[in-house]
Amino acid sequence: MTIRVAVTVNGREYARDVEPRLLLIHFLRDELGLTGSHWGCDTSNCGSCVVWLDQRPVKACTVLAAMADGRCVRTVEDLERDGRLDPVQQGFIECHGLQCGFCTPGMMMTARWLLDRNPDPAEAEIREVLSGLLCRCTGYENIVRSVRWAAEHAAGHAEEAAQ
Amino acid sequence: MQVPSHVEYERAVSVEHALALLGRPDHRVLAGGHSLIPMMKLRLAQPGVLVDINGLAELAFIKEQGGQLRIGALARHADLLDSAPAGQHFPIFHDAERVVADPIVRLWGTVGGSLCQADPSEDLSAVFAAVRATAVIRGQDGDRTVPVREFHLGPYETVVRPGELLAEIRVPVSPGTGSAYEKVARRVGDWSVAAAGAVLQLDRGTVSQAGIGLTAVGAEHFVAAEAEDFLRGRPATEENFKAAAAIAAEHCHPVPDQRGPEDYKRHLVAELTTRALRRAAGRAAWAGAPA
Repeated sequence: MTIRVAVTVNGREYARDVEPRLLLIHFLRDELGLTGSHWGCDTSNCGSCVVWLDQRPVKACTVLAAMADGRCVRTVEDLERDGRLDPVQQGFIECHGLQCGFCTPGMMMTARWLLDRNPDPAEAEIREVLSGLLCRCTGYENIVRSVRWAAEHAAGHAEEAAQ
Repeated sequence: MQVPSHVEYERAVSVEHALALLGRPDHRVLAGGHSLIPMMKLRLAQPGVLVDINGLAELAFIKEQGGQLRIGALARHADLLDSAPAGQHFPIFHDAERVVADPIVRLWGTVGGSLCQADPSEDLSAVFAAVRATAVIRGQDGDRTVPVREFHLGPYETVVRPGELLAEIRVPVSPGTGSAYEKVARRVGDWSVAAAGAVLQLDRGTVSQAGIGLTAVGAEHFVAAEAEDFLRGRPATEENFKAAAAIAAEHCHPVPDQRGPEDYKRHLVAELTTRALRRAAGRAAWAGAPA
């Protein structure tokens, strides 16, 4: 049996009839075509699938799409606005924060959440909040630097700094 | 690809609604889902119908009231970690919550879910046992209370019956009390190899009440009862802490597995219990135990 799931994703409303056991990550990728969020370990260890569910990051391999019914989801596709990169995205470019790029969406969505709550995090705070995410290229140093870069170049200044 | 087992889904709109649904056969509570959904992927759990209680805001609270710390079953790990009254009266909660899973999982996993999962390696079971908490279980006929030390029947088994829901955990706040939790895990987010929680109430340097909880080492009801008995009435000294810790290590039942052999786990229990007692005693003194 399927159930109706209506979710606002990146400000746009979607409704689909899905199996109750469908995971949010597959709902986003397969039903909505939003493949920016990556499906990684499937065991809530790696964090590549992190999206926001009602303003808080969640590992989307470990929640059901049904649980998101009536709620708001934000994915990595929403970081860029009107052709402008989020400072977090720009930071990953400036500081070589990605190698293969697989963990990047989860890293960036988690970093954005951190910076919204704490605009000037210490390195230890960045490492703590990212501690549940894995980078298989082991590029952690540059990921932490990228988040610091974003903190130092708050929204509006990112583009300027990039030039 | 890991796909959860076939399941139907109901969203509870009130506690009463949840209780009515949970009274039906094969219905199971879905809270944070961070234990249940992985178990459904592995077919270790195959409930027929999930009853999603995430919308029940009335179960998501942490407050100090009437000499008790009251924690709603739907409070998230992150809420407990952020709670000022919890940290003030029971630093053991903050010690433990810093090492439960990882920061993102802690935003979703619930305190009640941790207790009800009854995983032998889960941190909060030992913590709530150490502080002698009481579980409030709600049913259609009202509430019943069960000491957390009697809540777990065994691995993945609790006294919560079909048609019931863990609603709240209550912890009596006592003056002059200190507490701490010490855990060894292989990496961030992993289960304990072993962990120990300690709660001490001191009266002029003497232990008037002791609570010792052990995680992942097969302690009955997560408690080191013999070590608690030893400490009660004795001076709060390093020597007595070490003797109590040795008793705790002797009486638990660790199982050798990929996290380590039995003798290593017993060694950890002794060392971590000593450290937890030492820190709990320091905190009790700081909390203003009668001099």
